[in-house]
Amino acid sequence: MDMSIYSQAMTPEPLLQVQDMSRYYGERVGCRAVTFQLWPGEILGIVGESGSGKSTLLRCLAALDQPTDGQIQFADDGQWLDVPALPEPKRRALMRRAWGIVHQNPRDGLRMGVSAGGNIGERLMDAGERNYGQIRRVARDWLARVEIDPDRIDDLPQHFSGGMQQRLQIARVLVSEPRLVFMDEPTGGLDVSVQAKLLDLLRALVRDMGIAAVIVTHDLAVARLLTDRLMVMKDGVVIEQGLTDQVLDDPQHAYTQLLTSAVLV
Amino acid sequence: MTEAQTISGADPHYNYGYLDEQTKRMVRRALLKAVAIPGYQVPFGSREMPLARGWGTGGIQITAALVGPADCLKVIDQGADDTTNAVSIRNFFARVTGGRTTQKTAEATIIQTRHRIPEKPLRADQILVYQVPQPEPLRKLEPSEVETRNMHAWEEYGLMQVRLYEDIARFGHVATTYAYPVMVNERYIASPTPIPKFDNPKMDMMPALQLFGAGREKRVYAIPPFTRVRSLDFEDHPFTVQSWDKPCEICGSRLSYLDEVIVDDHGARIFVCSDTDYCEDRRADAASLGEGA
Repeated sequence: MDMSIYSQAMTPEPLLQVQDMSRYYGERVGCRAVTFQLWPGEILGIVGESGSGKSTLLRCLAALDQPTDGQIQFADDGQWLDVPALPEPKRRALMRRAWGIVHQNPRDGLRMGVSAGGNIGERLMDAGERNYGQIRRVARDWLARVEIDPDRIDDLPQHFSGGMQQRLQIARVLVSEPRLVFMDEPTGGLDVSVQAKLLDLLRALVRDMGIAAVIVTHDLAVARLLTDRLMVMKDGVVIEQGLTDQVLDDPQHAYTQLLTSAVLV
Repeated sequence: MTEAQTISGADPHYNYGYLDEQTKRMVRRALLKAVAIPGYQVPFGSREMPLARGWGTGGIQITAALVGPADCLKVIDQGADDTTNAVSIRNFFARVTGGRTTQKTAEATIIQTRHRIPEKPLRADQILVYQVPQPEPLRKLEPSEVETRNMHAWEEYGLMQVRLYEDIARFGHVATTYAYPVMVNERYIASPTPIPKFDNPKMDMMPALQLFGAGREKRVYAIPPFTRVRSLDFEDHPFTVQSWDKPCEICGSRLSYLDEVIVDDHGARIFVCSDTDYCEDRRADAASLGEGA
């Protein structure tokens, strides 16, 4: 039996706690009264149609946007950090050390003018790694892990295919072994076979490293394959949440029923 | 300040040192702050000078704010005292201050420079003023000024290391040979301006005060005397300076920075000291030794 999974299940404290979080854009609702907890090693999916507030929620969680109301707390070294109130240096340090963001468009997450090795090595160098050989070794290792030929370490990302760019972005984020990763439509814009490979890879990596992740997607297949728990959003409100299989196989809310019946999953 | 204007030799049509007294005070205040925070770029109200921006207006404004009747000014451009820019700036200050100028490194109290640090070690009673085209070492990596200021503020210098990494990955060594980034006092990364990296080690623990002025970019920064200045590198790719196979063709020095000079239409080339004063001194020494023997 895999003991690492066992110990995760026994972790008494959640990693992220969200209580009645709302974000209004003037009169309009971005998202309203969202409450959930995320445990270490757990993958939470947020699904819903476009405009349902998924991305707003993710931006608030990742401290890229300020919630209008409510609490977001992150467990850092046994302390609860008030995420929206984090001072800028602390937030940036957290962003480099404990968090990662995988963007939908790899161009937003990669430095396109910097080689693949440099892209992967940046976070290591941010953390103070000053041994070139060591950075190269880690970069090669990570290229292999995301199924890119390590000999392409000195190639620029713009010479990579879309799927490779996305895998490179994932390597760049995961190299610093973050504890929490935010992903916004990580498989968007890729063709189906590439999507499947990427999902396989993501699942393996996240499971291996025991990373907690929040994944925003409109694709129920992605949610089914990758996530432990699911939140369904509509008009800025969470209308249903629970274990992924439970939500998808036995949807309670009318909208979720509509959503699940609209595709084969 | 009428007293200074009466100094003999100064052009009476200009205030002493060209800038008005309030402007000099403003520049000095910025310089004091710069000295207090080694390597930090301090904004200042850069003025129009009788010279196009990008031709040394930052250095000229610092020199103008510092120069006094007791000073002796040396101006170098690419190590040479006799190039157009150096001669013009020296003449400019001779005219607006009536003060002494020199080509001798040892005689100067203020040395305004572009592209070189003199070969002769500087003393504690001297000030080195650099003309800086681009004060922001992170600019080529990060175009946003807001972002680069944040990066300095939070000491986020991983990106600068990425640049060195890319050099080694592409060329097998750090190919940056000028404006090689330095860490000042283990806090701020600063650009040493377009001096060759050959001169970087001279900045470390230098007894003289080093002041940097960027007129177009409206920034000054400073390295106080005896401040630790470290050139960035990797543990397994340590910082190195340029070296040459041959000595200077004129004075025979093996220790100085050499310029490549093409001497005819057939591509024949020689290497000579870029620091003209140093080269002349060595020849004079050799000549006097020859006479003595």
